[in-house]
Amino acid sequence: MTAARLRRLLTGAYLVLFFGYLFLPLGIMAAATFNSSRFPTVTPWMGFTLGWFQALWEDQRMWAALGTSLLVGAGVIALAVPLGLAAALLLDRLHSRARTFLYALMVSPLLTPGVIVGISTLVFWREWFGVSGGLFLTVVAQSSFIAAYAMLLFSARLERFDPALEEAALDLGATHGQVFRRITLPYLMPAILSAALLAFLQSFENYNTTLFVRGLDTTLTVFIATKVRTGLTPAVNALSLVLIALTILGAVVYEILRRREARRQAGSAVALETA
Amino acid sequence: MTEVLRRYGPVLTGVILLAVAVWLALLVVLPQLMMIGFSFRPSLPPSKLGGPEDVFTVKNYLTLWTNQIHLAIFLKTIWASALVTATTLAVCYPVAFYLAQVAPKRRLPLLILMLVVPFWINELLRTFSWYIILAFNGPLNALLLGLGIIDEPQRFLGGDGGVIVGMVYVYILFMVFPLYNAIESLDRNQIEAARDLGAGWLRIHRRIVLPHAKPGIAVGCIMTFMLAAGSYAVPALLGGPNSRWFTEIIYNWFFEGGNWNQGAAYAFILLVLCIGFILGAMRLFRVGLADIAK
Repeated sequence: MTAARLRRLLTGAYLVLFFGYLFLPLGIMAAATFNSSRFPTVTPWMGFTLGWFQALWEDQRMWAALGTSLLVGAGVIALAVPLGLAAALLLDRLHSRARTFLYALMVSPLLTPGVIVGISTLVFWREWFGVSGGLFLTVVAQSSFIAAYAMLLFSARLERFDPALEEAALDLGATHGQVFRRITLPYLMPAILSAALLAFLQSFENYNTTLFVRGLDTTLTVFIATKVRTGLTPAVNALSLVLIALTILGAVVYEILRRREARRQAGSAVALETA
Repeated sequence: MTEVLRRYGPVLTGVILLAVAVWLALLVVLPQLMMIGFSFRPSLPPSKLGGPEDVFTVKNYLTLWTNQIHLAIFLKTIWASALVTATTLAVCYPVAFYLAQVAPKRRLPLLILMLVVPFWINELLRTFSWYIILAFNGPLNALLLGLGIIDEPQRFLGGDGGVIVGMVYVYILFMVFPLYNAIESLDRNQIEAARDLGAGWLRIHRRIVLPHAKPGIAVGCIMTFMLAAGSYAVPALLGGPNSRWFTEIIYNWFFEGGNWNQGAAYAFILLVLCIGFILGAMRLFRVGLADIAK
Protein backbone atom coordinates (compact mmCIF):
# COMPACT_ATOMS: atom_id res chain seq x y z
CA MET A 1 0.00 0.00 0.00
CA THR A 2 2.78 2.44 0.86
CA ALA A 3 4.45 1.73 -2.48
CA ALA A 4 1.25 2.63 -4.32
CA ARG A 5 0.90 5.83 -2.29
CA LEU A 6 4.49 6.76 -2.97
CA ARG A 7 3.92 6.25 -6.68
CA ARG A 8 0.80 8.42 -6.60
CA LEU A 9 2.75 11.11 -4.78
CA LEU A 10 5.57 11.00 -7.32
CA THR A 11 3.12 11.10 -10.23
CA GLY A 12 1.36 14.09 -8.72
CA ALA A 13 4.64 15.90 -8.14
CA TYR A 14 5.74 15.21 -11.70
CA LEU A 15 2.49 16.56 -13.12
CA VAL A 16 2.77 19.73 -11.04
CA LEU A 17 6.35 20.17 -12.25
CA PHE A 18 5.36 19.53 -15.87
CA PHE A 19 2.48 21.97 -15.98
CA GLY A 20 4.51 24.48 -13.99
CA TYR A 21 7.20 24.12 -16.63
CA LEU A 22 4.60 24.75 -19.36
CA PHE A 23 3.06 27.84 -17.81
CA LEU A 24 5.67 29.48 -15.59
CA PRO A 25 7.77 30.92 -18.45
CA LEU A 26 4.66 32.50 -19.96
CA GLY A 27 3.70 33.87 -16.54
CA ILE A 28 7.14 35.40 -16.04
CA MET A 29 7.02 36.95 -19.50
CA ALA A 30 3.59 38.41 -18.74
CA ALA A 31 4.70 39.72 -15.34
CA ALA A 32 7.67 41.53 -16.90
CA THR A 33 5.17 43.67 -18.84
CA PHE A 34 4.17 45.43 -15.64
CA ASN A 35 7.67 46.09 -14.33
CA SER A 36 8.81 49.64 -14.94
CA SER A 37 12.35 48.46 -15.73
CA ARG A 38 13.59 49.48 -19.17
CA PHE A 39 14.67 45.92 -19.97
CA PRO A 40 11.96 43.23 -19.65
CA THR A 41 12.65 41.31 -16.44
CA VAL A 42 11.01 40.49 -13.13
CA THR A 43 14.20 40.76 -11.08
CA PRO A 44 14.64 43.31 -9.64
CA TRP A 45 11.08 44.58 -9.39
CA MET A 46 11.09 48.33 -10.03
CA GLY A 47 7.43 49.07 -9.47
CA PHE A 48 4.13 48.48 -11.23
CA THR A 49 3.37 50.24 -14.51
CA LEU A 50 0.97 50.06 -17.42
CA GLY A 51 3.19 52.38 -19.44
CA TRP A 52 4.43 49.68 -21.82
CA PHE A 53 0.95 49.15 -23.19
CA GLN A 54 0.86 52.84 -24.07
CA ALA A 55 4.30 52.63 -25.67
CA LEU A 56 3.06 49.69 -27.71
CA TRP A 57 -0.12 51.51 -28.73
CA GLU A 58 1.92 54.44 -30.03
CA ASP A 59 4.33 52.29 -32.04
CA GLN A 60 3.41 52.95 -35.68
CA ARG A 61 5.56 50.12 -37.01
CA MET A 62 3.73 47.63 -34.81
CA TRP A 63 0.43 48.69 -36.38
CA ALA A 64 1.92 48.42 -39.86
CA ALA A 65 3.20 44.91 -39.09
CA LEU A 66 -0.19 43.92 -37.68
CA GLY A 67 -1.82 45.14 -40.90
CA THR A 68 0.58 43.05 -42.96
CA SER A 69 -0.12 39.95 -40.83
CA LEU A 70 -3.87 40.38 -41.19
CA LEU A 71 -3.54 40.82 -44.95
CA VAL A 72 -1.34 37.71 -45.30
CA GLY A 73 -3.69 35.75 -43.03
CA ALA A 74 -6.70 36.68 -45.17
CA GLY A 75 -4.78 35.71 -48.30
CA VAL A 76 -3.83 32.34 -46.82
CA ILE A 77 -7.44 31.63 -45.83
CA ALA A 78 -8.58 32.51 -49.35
CA LEU A 79 -5.96 30.26 -50.99
CA ALA A 80 -5.23 27.38 -48.60
CA VAL A 81 -8.78 26.53 -47.49
CA PRO A 82 -10.17 25.97 -51.04
CA LEU A 83 -7.03 24.02 -52.01
CA GLY A 84 -7.34 21.81 -48.95
CA LEU A 85 -11.06 21.33 -49.61
CA ALA A 86 -10.48 20.30 -53.24
CA ALA A 87 -7.74 17.89 -52.16
CA ALA A 88 -9.95 16.26 -49.51
CA LEU A 89 -12.87 15.92 -51.95
CA LEU A 90 -10.59 14.21 -54.46
CA LEU A 91 -8.98 11.88 -51.89
CA ASP A 92 -12.39 10.90 -50.55
CA ARG A 93 -13.31 9.30 -53.89
CA LEU A 94 -9.99 7.68 -54.72
CA HIS A 95 -8.81 4.26 -53.65
CA SER A 96 -5.66 2.21 -53.47
CA ARG A 97 -2.33 3.27 -54.92
CA ALA A 98 -3.31 6.62 -56.42
CA ARG A 99 -4.75 7.71 -53.10
CA THR A 100 -1.68 6.67 -51.11
CA PHE A 101 0.63 8.45 -53.54
CA LEU A 102 -1.37 11.69 -53.60
CA TYR A 103 -1.80 11.62 -49.84
CA ALA A 104 1.95 11.27 -49.31
CA LEU A 105 2.59 14.15 -51.69
CA MET A 106 -0.01 16.33 -49.96
CA VAL A 107 1.30 15.84 -46.43
CA SER A 108 4.96 16.11 -47.46
CA PRO A 109 5.03 19.90 -46.87
CA LEU A 110 4.16 19.22 -43.21
CA LEU A 111 7.25 17.05 -42.85
CA THR A 112 9.50 19.57 -44.60
CA PRO A 113 11.31 22.15 -42.46
CA GLY A 114 9.68 25.57 -42.83
CA VAL A 115 12.87 27.24 -44.03
CA ILE A 116 13.01 24.86 -47.01
CA VAL A 117 9.40 25.61 -47.95
CA GLY A 118 10.35 29.29 -47.98
CA ILE A 119 13.58 28.81 -49.92
CA SER A 120 12.08 26.61 -52.63
CA THR A 121 9.20 29.06 -53.14
CA LEU A 122 11.59 32.00 -53.33
CA VAL A 123 13.88 30.34 -55.90
CA PHE A 124 11.05 28.95 -58.04
CA TRP A 125 9.05 32.15 -58.38
CA ARG A 126 12.08 34.27 -59.14
CA GLU A 127 13.42 31.87 -61.77
CA TRP A 128 10.12 31.12 -63.51
CA PHE A 129 8.02 34.23 -63.09
CA GLY A 130 10.48 36.92 -62.01
CA VAL A 131 8.50 37.45 -58.80
CA SER A 132 10.57 38.45 -55.77
CA GLY A 133 9.77 38.25 -52.08
CA GLY A 134 6.79 40.13 -50.70
CA LEU A 135 3.17 39.74 -49.65
CA PHE A 136 2.25 37.52 -52.59
CA LEU A 137 5.09 35.03 -52.08
CA THR A 138 4.42 34.98 -48.33
CA VAL A 139 0.83 33.94 -48.97
CA VAL A 140 1.90 31.33 -51.55
CA ALA A 141 4.66 29.82 -49.40
CA GLN A 142 2.51 29.63 -46.27
CA SER A 143 -0.43 28.19 -48.20
CA SER A 144 1.70 25.37 -49.62
CA PHE A 145 1.78 23.66 -46.20
CA ILE A 146 -1.27 25.20 -44.52
CA ALA A 147 -3.42 23.68 -47.31
CA ALA A 148 -2.25 20.30 -45.98
CA TYR A 149 -3.63 21.09 -42.51
CA ALA A 150 -6.92 22.13 -44.13
CA MET A 151 -6.96 18.91 -46.19
CA LEU A 152 -6.53 16.80 -43.01
CA LEU A 153 -9.42 18.63 -41.29
CA PHE A 154 -11.73 18.17 -44.29
CA SER A 155 -10.75 14.52 -44.75
CA ALA A 156 -11.54 13.77 -41.10
CA ARG A 157 -15.02 15.20 -41.51
CA LEU A 158 -15.65 13.58 -44.90
CA GLU A 159 -14.83 10.19 -43.38
CA ARG A 160 -18.05 10.38 -41.40
CA PHE A 161 -20.11 11.66 -44.34
CA ASP A 162 -22.87 9.43 -45.65
CA PRO A 163 -22.56 9.38 -49.49
CA ALA A 164 -26.11 8.02 -49.70
CA LEU A 165 -27.31 11.58 -49.07
CA GLU A 166 -25.65 12.76 -52.27
CA GLU A 167 -26.80 9.75 -54.25
CA ALA A 168 -30.38 10.22 -53.11
CA ALA A 169 -30.30 13.85 -54.21
CA LEU A 170 -28.83 12.88 -57.59
CA ASP A 171 -31.47 10.18 -58.05
CA LEU A 172 -34.15 12.74 -57.32
CA GLY A 173 -32.88 14.86 -60.19
CA ALA A 174 -30.59 17.37 -58.50
CA THR A 175 -27.64 18.58 -60.56
CA HIS A 176 -24.09 18.04 -59.33
CA GLY A 177 -23.83 21.75 -58.58
CA GLN A 178 -26.99 21.66 -56.48
CA VAL A 179 -25.83 18.60 -54.55
CA PHE A 180 -22.52 20.30 -53.77
CA ARG A 181 -24.15 23.57 -52.69
CA ARG A 182 -27.07 22.12 -50.77
CA ILE A 183 -25.59 18.96 -49.22
CA THR A 184 -21.81 18.68 -49.32
CA LEU A 185 -20.92 22.29 -48.48
CA PRO A 186 -23.40 22.67 -45.57
CA TYR A 187 -22.16 19.40 -44.12
CA LEU A 188 -18.56 20.65 -44.36
CA MET A 189 -19.33 24.10 -42.95
CA PRO A 190 -17.98 23.43 -39.42
CA ALA A 191 -14.77 22.08 -40.96
CA ILE A 192 -14.51 25.12 -43.23
CA LEU A 193 -14.71 27.40 -40.20
CA SER A 194 -12.11 25.40 -38.25
CA ALA A 195 -9.85 25.26 -41.30
CA ALA A 196 -10.09 29.02 -41.75
CA LEU A 197 -9.30 29.63 -38.09
CA LEU A 198 -6.39 27.18 -38.12
CA ALA A 199 -5.06 28.63 -41.37
CA PHE A 200 -5.15 32.14 -39.97
CA LEU A 201 -3.40 31.17 -36.74
CA GLN A 202 -0.74 29.17 -38.57
CA SER A 203 -0.15 32.08 -40.92
CA PHE A 204 -0.10 34.64 -38.12
CA GLU A 205 2.52 32.82 -36.06
CA ASN A 206 4.68 31.65 -38.94
CA TYR A 207 8.29 32.77 -38.79
CA ASN A 208 10.65 30.25 -40.41
CA THR A 209 8.98 30.22 -43.83
CA THR A 210 7.99 33.89 -43.86
CA LEU A 211 11.55 34.99 -43.15
CA PHE A 212 12.72 33.84 -46.58
CA VAL A 213 9.85 35.07 -48.74
CA ARG A 214 8.79 38.31 -47.04
CA GLY A 215 10.98 40.63 -49.13
CA LEU A 216 10.72 44.02 -47.45
CA ASP A 217 7.38 43.32 -45.78
CA THR A 218 7.28 42.75 -42.03
CA THR A 219 4.64 40.58 -40.39
CA LEU A 220 3.92 40.91 -36.70
CA THR A 221 5.90 37.77 -35.80
CA VAL A 222 8.91 39.02 -37.78
CA PHE A 223 8.47 42.40 -36.07
CA ILE A 224 8.64 40.77 -32.63
CA ALA A 225 11.76 38.77 -33.52
CA THR A 226 13.48 41.90 -34.83
CA LYS A 227 12.50 43.82 -31.70
CA VAL A 228 13.92 41.13 -29.41
CA ARG A 229 17.26 41.29 -31.18
CA THR A 230 17.43 45.07 -31.63
CA GLY A 231 15.70 47.45 -29.28
CA LEU A 232 14.01 45.15 -26.79
CA THR A 233 11.74 46.90 -24.28
CA PRO A 234 8.85 45.52 -22.20
CA ALA A 235 6.57 46.83 -24.96
CA VAL A 236 7.38 43.52 -26.68
CA ASN A 237 6.08 41.76 -23.57
CA ALA A 238 2.93 43.85 -23.69
CA LEU A 239 2.39 42.76 -27.29
CA SER A 240 3.11 39.12 -26.36
CA LEU A 241 0.65 39.32 -23.49
CA VAL A 242 -2.10 40.70 -25.74
CA LEU A 243 -1.44 37.99 -28.37
CA ILE A 244 -1.38 35.22 -25.76
CA ALA A 245 -4.63 36.44 -24.23
CA LEU A 246 -6.28 36.48 -27.67
CA THR A 247 -4.86 33.04 -28.49
CA ILE A 248 -6.09 31.50 -25.24
CA LEU A 249 -9.52 32.99 -25.84
CA GLY A 250 -9.52 31.59 -29.38
CA ALA A 251 -8.26 28.17 -28.26
CA VAL A 252 -10.90 27.87 -25.53
CA VAL A 253 -13.70 28.90 -27.89
CA TYR A 254 -12.41 26.47 -30.53
CA GLU A 255 -12.22 23.61 -28.01
CA ILE A 256 -15.72 24.29 -26.68
CA LEU A 257 -17.15 24.36 -30.21
CA ARG A 258 -15.27 21.18 -31.11
CA ARG A 259 -16.52 19.33 -28.04
CA ARG A 260 -20.09 20.51 -28.54
CA GLU A 261 -19.92 19.31 -32.14
CA ALA A 262 -18.50 15.94 -31.02
CA ARG A 263 -21.30 15.56 -28.45
CA ARG A 264 -23.92 16.53 -31.02
CA GLN A 265 -22.61 13.89 -33.42
CA ALA A 266 -22.49 11.24 -30.72
CA GLY A 267 -26.04 12.23 -29.80
CA SER A 268 -27.35 11.97 -33.36
CA ALA A 269 -25.64 8.58 -33.77
CA VAL A 270 -27.48 7.31 -30.68
CA ALA A 271 -30.75 8.78 -31.98
CA LEU A 272 -30.26 6.99 -35.30
CA GLU A 273 -29.60 3.67 -33.61
CA THR A 274 -32.62 3.91 -31.35
CA ALA A 275 -34.89 5.11 -34.17
CA MET B 1 -11.28 8.49 -61.41
CA THR B 2 -14.64 7.55 -62.93
CA GLU B 3 -16.06 7.53 -59.44
CA VAL B 4 -14.88 11.10 -58.90
CA LEU B 5 -16.57 12.14 -62.13
CA ARG B 6 -19.76 10.28 -61.28
CA ARG B 7 -20.03 11.93 -57.89
CA TYR B 8 -19.05 15.51 -58.63
CA GLY B 9 -20.00 15.92 -62.31
CA PRO B 10 -17.70 17.27 -65.03
CA VAL B 11 -17.57 20.93 -63.96
CA LEU B 12 -16.84 20.34 -60.30
CA THR B 13 -14.38 17.55 -61.12
CA GLY B 14 -12.53 19.93 -63.41
CA VAL B 15 -12.31 22.59 -60.70
CA ILE B 16 -11.14 20.06 -58.10
CA LEU B 17 -8.46 18.62 -60.37
CA LEU B 18 -7.26 22.08 -61.35
CA ALA B 19 -7.00 23.19 -57.71
CA VAL B 20 -5.12 20.05 -56.67
CA ALA B 21 -2.81 20.37 -59.66
CA VAL B 22 -2.06 24.02 -58.85
CA TRP B 23 -1.33 23.18 -55.24
CA LEU B 24 0.86 20.14 -55.83
CA ALA B 25 2.65 21.35 -58.97
CA LEU B 26 3.10 25.09 -58.45
CA LEU B 27 3.32 25.17 -54.68
CA VAL B 28 4.94 21.88 -53.70
CA VAL B 29 6.71 19.79 -56.33
CA LEU B 30 8.09 22.25 -58.88
CA PRO B 31 9.58 24.59 -56.24
CA GLN B 32 11.37 21.64 -54.62
CA LEU B 33 12.70 20.39 -57.98
CA MET B 34 13.71 23.92 -58.92
CA MET B 35 15.59 24.32 -55.64
CA ILE B 36 17.42 21.04 -56.18
CA GLY B 37 18.28 21.89 -59.78
CA PHE B 38 19.41 25.34 -58.70
CA SER B 39 21.78 23.82 -56.14
CA PHE B 40 23.72 22.03 -58.92
CA ARG B 41 24.52 25.25 -60.79
CA PRO B 42 27.26 27.78 -60.10
CA SER B 43 26.36 31.26 -58.86
CA LEU B 44 26.79 33.54 -61.87
CA PRO B 45 25.98 37.16 -62.68
CA PRO B 46 22.89 37.48 -64.96
CA SER B 47 25.05 38.19 -68.02
CA LYS B 48 26.72 34.78 -67.84
CA LEU B 49 23.55 32.73 -67.28
CA GLY B 50 23.17 30.14 -70.03
CA GLY B 51 26.76 30.75 -71.11
CA PRO B 52 29.64 28.26 -71.16
CA GLU B 53 30.22 28.60 -67.41
CA ASP B 54 26.59 27.69 -66.59
CA VAL B 55 27.18 23.96 -66.19
CA PHE B 56 26.16 21.12 -63.90
CA THR B 57 28.41 21.10 -60.82
CA VAL B 58 28.58 19.56 -57.36
CA LYS B 59 30.82 22.36 -56.15
CA ASN B 60 28.13 23.75 -53.89
CA TYR B 61 27.94 20.44 -52.05
CA LEU B 62 31.69 20.13 -51.68
CA THR B 63 31.68 23.47 -49.85
CA LEU B 64 30.21 21.77 -46.82
CA TRP B 65 33.13 19.31 -46.73
CA THR B 66 35.83 21.89 -47.24
CA ASN B 67 34.43 24.51 -44.86
CA GLN B 68 35.31 23.11 -41.43
CA ILE B 69 33.17 25.65 -39.56
CA HIS B 70 30.05 24.85 -41.58
CA LEU B 71 30.64 21.12 -41.24
CA ALA B 72 30.99 21.46 -37.47
CA ILE B 73 27.77 23.47 -37.30
CA PHE B 74 25.98 20.89 -39.45
CA LEU B 75 27.10 18.04 -37.19
CA LYS B 76 26.22 20.07 -34.09
CA THR B 77 22.74 20.68 -35.51
CA ILE B 78 22.29 16.91 -35.91
CA TRP B 79 23.37 15.84 -32.42
CA ALA B 80 21.69 18.79 -30.71
CA SER B 81 18.40 18.05 -32.52
CA ALA B 82 18.71 14.39 -31.53
CA LEU B 83 19.33 15.45 -27.93
CA VAL B 84 16.28 17.72 -28.02
CA THR B 85 14.21 14.84 -29.41
CA ALA B 86 15.39 12.34 -26.78
CA THR B 87 14.83 14.83 -23.95
CA THR B 88 11.29 15.71 -25.01
CA LEU B 89 10.48 11.99 -25.31
CA ALA B 90 11.75 11.32 -21.79
CA VAL B 91 9.88 14.31 -20.35
CA CYS B 92 6.61 13.61 -22.16
CA TYR B 93 6.28 9.85 -21.76
CA PRO B 94 5.20 9.86 -18.08
CA VAL B 95 2.72 12.69 -18.70
CA ALA B 96 1.26 11.02 -21.77
CA PHE B 97 0.95 7.71 -19.93
CA TYR B 98 -0.73 9.35 -16.95
CA LEU B 99 -3.22 11.23 -19.13
CA ALA B 100 -4.00 8.24 -21.33
CA GLN B 101 -4.26 5.47 -18.74
CA VAL B 102 -4.30 6.74 -15.16
CA ALA B 103 -6.04 10.14 -15.02
CA PRO B 104 -9.65 10.13 -13.72
CA LYS B 105 -12.10 10.64 -16.58
CA ARG B 106 -13.71 13.77 -15.14
CA ARG B 107 -10.38 15.55 -14.73
CA LEU B 108 -9.19 14.71 -18.25
CA PRO B 109 -10.88 17.49 -20.30
CA LEU B 110 -9.28 20.19 -18.15
CA LEU B 111 -5.83 18.57 -18.31
CA ILE B 112 -6.03 18.20 -22.08
CA LEU B 113 -7.13 21.81 -22.41
CA MET B 114 -4.12 22.84 -20.32
CA LEU B 115 -1.92 21.04 -22.84
CA VAL B 116 -3.74 22.40 -25.89
CA VAL B 117 -3.58 26.05 -24.87
CA PRO B 118 0.24 26.44 -24.85
CA PHE B 119 0.25 24.54 -28.14
CA TRP B 120 -1.73 27.33 -29.77
CA ILE B 121 0.59 30.05 -28.56
CA ASN B 122 3.04 31.44 -31.09
CA GLU B 123 6.33 29.52 -31.15
CA LEU B 124 8.25 32.79 -31.23
CA LEU B 125 6.54 34.04 -28.07
CA ARG B 126 7.27 30.77 -26.26
CA THR B 127 10.91 31.19 -27.28
CA PHE B 128 10.87 34.80 -26.13
CA SER B 129 9.68 33.75 -22.66
CA TRP B 130 12.93 31.78 -22.27
CA TYR B 131 14.92 34.76 -23.46
CA ILE B 132 13.63 36.60 -20.40
CA ILE B 133 14.25 33.70 -18.02
CA LEU B 134 17.81 33.10 -19.24
CA ALA B 135 18.80 36.78 -19.47
CA PHE B 136 21.92 37.93 -17.59
CA ASN B 137 19.78 39.94 -15.16
CA GLY B 138 16.92 37.47 -15.41
CA PRO B 139 15.03 35.40 -12.84
CA LEU B 140 17.09 32.22 -13.31
CA ASN B 141 20.32 33.95 -12.37
CA ALA B 142 18.53 35.70 -9.50
CA LEU B 143 17.19 32.37 -8.24
CA LEU B 144 20.51 30.54 -8.46
CA LEU B 145 22.32 33.46 -6.78
CA GLY B 146 19.68 33.58 -4.06
CA LEU B 147 20.04 29.86 -3.39
CA GLY B 148 23.79 30.25 -3.27
CA ILE B 149 24.37 27.76 -6.09
CA ILE B 150 26.41 30.26 -8.10
CA ASP B 151 28.49 33.23 -6.93
CA GLU B 152 28.03 35.49 -9.93
CA PRO B 153 25.50 35.72 -12.80
CA GLN B 154 26.08 33.32 -15.70
CA ARG B 155 25.64 33.93 -19.42
CA PHE B 156 22.95 31.44 -20.41
CA LEU B 157 22.05 33.20 -23.64
CA GLY B 158 24.25 33.02 -26.71
CA GLY B 159 25.36 29.41 -26.21
CA ASP B 160 24.21 25.97 -27.34
CA GLY B 161 22.82 25.19 -23.88
CA GLY B 162 20.24 27.96 -24.00
CA VAL B 163 19.20 27.00 -27.53
CA ILE B 164 18.67 23.35 -26.57
CA VAL B 165 16.72 24.23 -23.41
CA GLY B 166 14.53 26.59 -25.43
CA MET B 167 13.90 23.99 -28.13
CA VAL B 168 12.82 21.35 -25.61
CA TYR B 169 10.29 23.83 -24.25
CA VAL B 170 9.01 25.00 -27.63
CA TYR B 171 8.66 21.58 -29.30
CA ILE B 172 7.56 19.51 -26.31
CA LEU B 173 3.89 19.63 -27.33
CA PHE B 174 4.63 18.02 -30.68
CA MET B 175 5.77 14.99 -28.69
CA VAL B 176 3.11 14.79 -26.00
CA PHE B 177 0.04 14.59 -28.27
CA PRO B 178 1.22 11.75 -30.55
CA LEU B 179 2.33 9.81 -27.46
CA TYR B 180 -0.99 10.42 -25.74
CA ASN B 181 -3.00 9.33 -28.80
CA ALA B 182 -0.99 6.13 -29.14
CA ILE B 183 -1.10 5.12 -25.46
CA GLU B 184 -4.77 6.04 -25.17
CA SER B 185 -5.76 3.27 -27.59
CA LEU B 186 -4.12 0.64 -25.38
CA ASP B 187 -6.72 -1.53 -23.65
CA ARG B 188 -6.26 -1.06 -19.91
CA ASN B 189 -7.07 -4.74 -19.38
CA GLN B 190 -3.73 -5.63 -20.92
CA ILE B 191 -1.95 -3.71 -18.18
CA GLU B 192 -4.19 -5.25 -15.52
CA ALA B 193 -3.55 -8.73 -16.88
CA ALA B 194 0.20 -8.22 -16.87
CA ARG B 195 0.04 -6.93 -13.32
CA ASP B 196 -2.10 -9.90 -12.19
CA LEU B 197 0.45 -12.22 -13.74
CA GLY B 198 3.12 -10.64 -11.58
CA ALA B 199 4.88 -8.18 -13.90
CA GLY B 200 6.48 -5.18 -12.23
CA TRP B 201 5.82 -1.65 -13.54
CA LEU B 202 9.12 -1.49 -15.40
CA ARG B 203 8.32 -4.70 -17.22
CA ILE B 204 4.75 -3.58 -17.99
CA HIS B 205 6.11 -0.49 -19.68
CA ARG B 206 8.86 -2.29 -21.55
CA ARG B 207 6.79 -5.20 -22.77
CA ILE B 208 3.31 -3.71 -23.18
CA VAL B 209 3.02 0.07 -23.15
CA LEU B 210 6.16 0.96 -25.12
CA PRO B 211 5.56 -1.54 -27.97
CA HIS B 212 1.99 -0.31 -28.26
CA ALA B 213 3.12 3.33 -28.27
CA LYS B 214 5.60 2.81 -31.12
CA PRO B 215 3.67 4.73 -33.79
CA GLY B 216 3.22 7.64 -31.40
CA ILE B 217 6.89 7.62 -30.47
CA ALA B 218 7.82 7.59 -34.16
CA VAL B 219 5.51 10.51 -34.99
CA GLY B 220 6.63 12.54 -31.99
CA CYS B 221 10.32 11.97 -32.71
CA ILE B 222 9.95 12.78 -36.41
CA MET B 223 8.07 16.02 -35.75
CA THR B 224 10.41 17.12 -32.97
CA PHE B 225 13.60 16.33 -34.86
CA MET B 226 12.36 17.99 -38.03
CA LEU B 227 11.27 21.12 -36.16
CA ALA B 228 14.51 21.29 -34.16
CA ALA B 229 16.85 20.76 -37.12
CA GLY B 230 14.85 23.23 -39.21
CA SER B 231 14.37 25.82 -36.48
CA TYR B 232 15.41 29.37 -37.15
CA ALA B 233 13.51 31.29 -34.46
CA VAL B 234 15.00 29.56 -31.41
CA PRO B 235 18.71 29.83 -32.32
CA ALA B 236 18.14 33.36 -33.61
CA LEU B 237 16.64 34.48 -30.30
CA LEU B 238 18.45 32.36 -27.71
CA GLY B 239 21.75 31.70 -29.49
CA GLY B 240 24.62 33.90 -30.52
CA PRO B 241 27.54 34.04 -32.95
CA ASN B 242 29.15 31.05 -31.20
CA SER B 243 26.10 28.83 -31.29
CA ARG B 244 24.96 29.18 -34.88
CA TRP B 245 22.48 26.67 -36.26
CA PHE B 246 22.63 25.20 -39.77
CA THR B 247 19.51 27.14 -40.79
CA GLU B 248 21.32 30.37 -39.92
CA ILE B 249 24.15 29.44 -42.29
CA ILE B 250 21.56 28.83 -45.03
CA TYR B 251 19.93 32.18 -44.32
CA ASN B 252 23.30 33.91 -44.56
CA TRP B 253 24.03 32.40 -47.97
CA PHE B 254 20.78 33.88 -49.24
CA PHE B 255 20.65 37.28 -47.64
CA GLU B 256 24.23 38.16 -46.72
CA GLY B 257 26.47 36.07 -48.97
CA GLY B 258 24.11 36.61 -51.91
CA ASN B 259 24.88 33.10 -53.20
CA TRP B 260 21.48 31.49 -53.70
CA ASN B 261 22.86 28.41 -55.43
CA GLN B 262 25.07 27.67 -52.45
CA GLY B 263 22.16 28.31 -50.08
CA ALA B 264 19.92 25.97 -52.10
CA ALA B 265 22.54 23.20 -51.83
CA TYR B 266 22.69 23.59 -48.04
CA ALA B 267 18.89 23.63 -47.87
CA PHE B 268 18.76 20.39 -49.85
CA ILE B 269 21.29 18.82 -47.49
CA LEU B 270 19.04 19.77 -44.57
CA LEU B 271 16.04 18.28 -46.38
CA VAL B 272 17.91 15.04 -47.05
CA LEU B 273 18.86 14.89 -43.37
CA CYS B 274 15.20 15.20 -42.35
CA ILE B 275 14.00 12.67 -44.93
CA GLY B 276 16.72 10.29 -43.74
CA PHE B 277 15.54 10.70 -40.16
CA ILE B 278 11.90 10.11 -41.17
CA LEU B 279 12.73 6.94 -43.12
CA GLY B 280 14.98 5.71 -40.32
CA ALA B 281 12.30 6.28 -37.69
CA MET B 282 9.61 4.66 -39.87
CA ARG B 283 11.75 1.59 -40.34
CA LEU B 284 12.86 1.43 -36.71
CA PHE B 285 9.31 1.70 -35.37
CA ARG B 286 7.68 -0.09 -38.33
CA VAL B 287 5.07 2.56 -39.11
CA GLY B 288 3.66 3.87 -42.39
CA LEU B 289 3.17 7.39 -43.70
CA ALA B 290 -0.56 7.31 -42.98
CA ASP B 291 0.22 6.83 -39.27
CA ILE B 292 2.44 9.88 -39.27
CA ALA B 293 0.24 12.57 -40.78
CA LYS B 294 -2.78 12.52 -38.54
